[in-house]
Amino acid sequence: MTSKTKNAKLDVNKALDVVEDQFQTLQILNEDGEVVNEAAMPDLTDEQLQELMRRMVYTRILDQRSISLNRQGRLGFYAPTAGQEASQLASQFALEKEDFILPGYRDVPQIVWHGLPLYQAFLWSRGHLEGGQIPEGVNVAIPQIIIGAQYVQTAGVALGMKKRGAKSVAITYTGDGGTSQGDFYEGMNFAGAFKAPAIFIIQNNRFAISTPVDKQSAAKTLAQKAVAAGIPGIVVDGMDPLAVYAATRDARERAINGEGPTLIETLTYRYGPHTMAGDDPTRYRTADLDNEWEKKDPLVRFRKFLETKGLWSEDKENEVIEKAKEDIKEAIKKADGAPKQKVTDLMSIMFEEMPHNLKEQYEIYKEKESK
Amino acid sequence: MAQMTMIQAITDALRTELRNDPNVLVFGEDVGVNGGVFRATEGLQNEFGEDRVFDTPLAESGIGGLAVGLSLQGFRPVPEIQFFGFVYEVMDSISGQAARLRYRTGGKFNAPVTFRSPFGGGVHTPDMHADSLEGLMAQQPGVKVVIPSTPYDAKGLLISSIRDNDPVIFLEHMKLYRSFRQEVPEEEYTIPLGKAEVKREGTDISIVTYGAMVHESLKAAEELEKEGYSAEVIDLRTVSPIDIETIIASVEKTGRAIVVQEAQKQAGIAANVVAEINDRAILNLEAPVLRVAAPDTIFAFPQAESVWLPNYKDVIETAKKVLTF
Repeated sequence: MTSKTKNAKLDVNKALDVVEDQFQTLQILNEDGEVVNEAAMPDLTDEQLQELMRRMVYTRILDQRSISLNRQGRLGFYAPTAGQEASQLASQFALEKEDFILPGYRDVPQIVWHGLPLYQAFLWSRGHLEGGQIPEGVNVAIPQIIIGAQYVQTAGVALGMKKRGAKSVAITYTGDGGTSQGDFYEGMNFAGAFKAPAIFIIQNNRFAISTPVDKQSAAKTLAQKAVAAGIPGIVVDGMDPLAVYAATRDARERAINGEGPTLIETLTYRYGPHTMAGDDPTRYRTADLDNEWEKKDPLVRFRKFLETKGLWSEDKENEVIEKAKEDIKEAIKKADGAPKQKVTDLMSIMFEEMPHNLKEQYEIYKEKESK
Repeated sequence: MAQMTMIQAITDALRTELRNDPNVLVFGEDVGVNGGVFRATEGLQNEFGEDRVFDTPLAESGIGGLAVGLSLQGFRPVPEIQFFGFVYEVMDSISGQAARLRYRTGGKFNAPVTFRSPFGGGVHTPDMHADSLEGLMAQQPGVKVVIPSTPYDAKGLLISSIRDNDPVIFLEHMKLYRSFRQEVPEEEYTIPLGKAEVKREGTDISIVTYGAMVHESLKAAEELEKEGYSAEVIDLRTVSPIDIETIIASVEKTGRAIVVQEAQKQAGIAANVVAEINDRAILNLEAPVLRVAAPDTIFAFPQAESVWLPNYKDVIETAKKVLTF
């Protein structure tokens, strides 16, 4: 594979090969739910393991319900999450409340588990300003629409934490496509240069809408992009909640200890379409590939693992499913109760104080909206 | 002739130019196998191969830079910016680079790039997908900005844009993509850039507009007709440069004008049109030239979109103010 030149000093591929070979995938639980890497097992209590499973089951239901609510016109913009539960939830599970999440638009579950009330997530989807009014003490940004923009901001949040002497981290997510954006490099590079406590996660779900990851980059792994920024990078099995948890927890510890940022690439898959706005994955993915990845399902393997330990049962699972359905129903009801969105409300949130042009328009729209 | 939606007319124009000119390249995010998120490039990769119609890595700035670089190699790039709200990511390639290439090189090089991109409200998109940013682009000397309002115009204007030897921003209103069909010739034809079209003749007031607002204005004109007012509707089609001649000829006839845009009122195309009318035809005016526009907020959250967006009722209301001045 390496093209050898006569003069070994000019073997420009050597360093690249050495680097690429270093990026092996961390796996702790295999597809059958067996522990294959005891040494890397994270220190989690039985209750914590159960809680992580509970969240994954809950979120799978949330995804199913969100899709059908979208189809009924009761939700707006929605990017399906099934398949990515381990990648999303086990990384969030490794955080503390004071850590700050900067999500992409598919990363709604993480911010919900970090404290954003579900009805607000629904309002955000519907396009209502109350969706973005994040409650005091919930350390999350609103999901970013511009691919990669959250990466550079993460460097800022992390640097801010460092300047304030806080023992917390900033964590952000993008996809495989996001790693092609300039913002991706800039965010990592800034955080590295400032040794800021940041965790950068790439959820490599193989497709940026329709574009496969091998068309995004010549790099063999996306994690190796960390090398250029001079920060550590790691590839983990993104369908394995324990591997994702261990890598994130480890990155967090180093960040808190002043050792700077880490890049984590989670190998995962989105079972559904890119979003609910007309994407048809059969145009760019084969059923074989779908099947191959569904066999790696994070819920299936974690369920097996927990059942073997006597920590999970069908009853437990059904309890979670019922609870999720109930919570979703309540949250939708609460979202329905939000006041009708008015243009005058939008005017009032443009600036701290309305400038004269808006004041004038405010009166016109107040009149319009009173009819 | 075939009945086509605007999106079909756009695909047809791209196909026509891919056939006509081996230097035409179509690229962007998801334009290949997927045929574009709106299917504007449907079937083109199959027909012309991956060499000429291809997916890029996901980076708008990369797409813009690639287009400028390919121009330097003699290609005629037609990149797609998936949604025009993402233009901020590629502003330097457009305004800082493509727009200045000819100027910087003393006329030696040029960037014959056509940046195609969907925009426009009324389809409940998330943030950064629907903004009308043509005013921002029109502020940039060195680029032309084209906005078709019908399938027929879309094909003719897109072919002209691709053939133009300077950078063109070609903006496609999402609401118009599939809202109606029209007779569109299967053979090639062009519509000159910088030329407006009188969509409806009238004698009492000139309504100058473009994009989706052409249809709201035509609807308003019909309503005004019922009340005895004869409104002329002008579709700018190119918003930079503006066809001043057509506007002034109309205003000289009617003596009254309003300008209708979907974009926010602050700055923008409408303000420019009003200024041009004042500069050139103030003595013909019987009343001030007023504007219909969206309010000066960020594009509305979807739940307030229908009130936020200007519509034919706003056009009627403003037209009447001018008519009864």
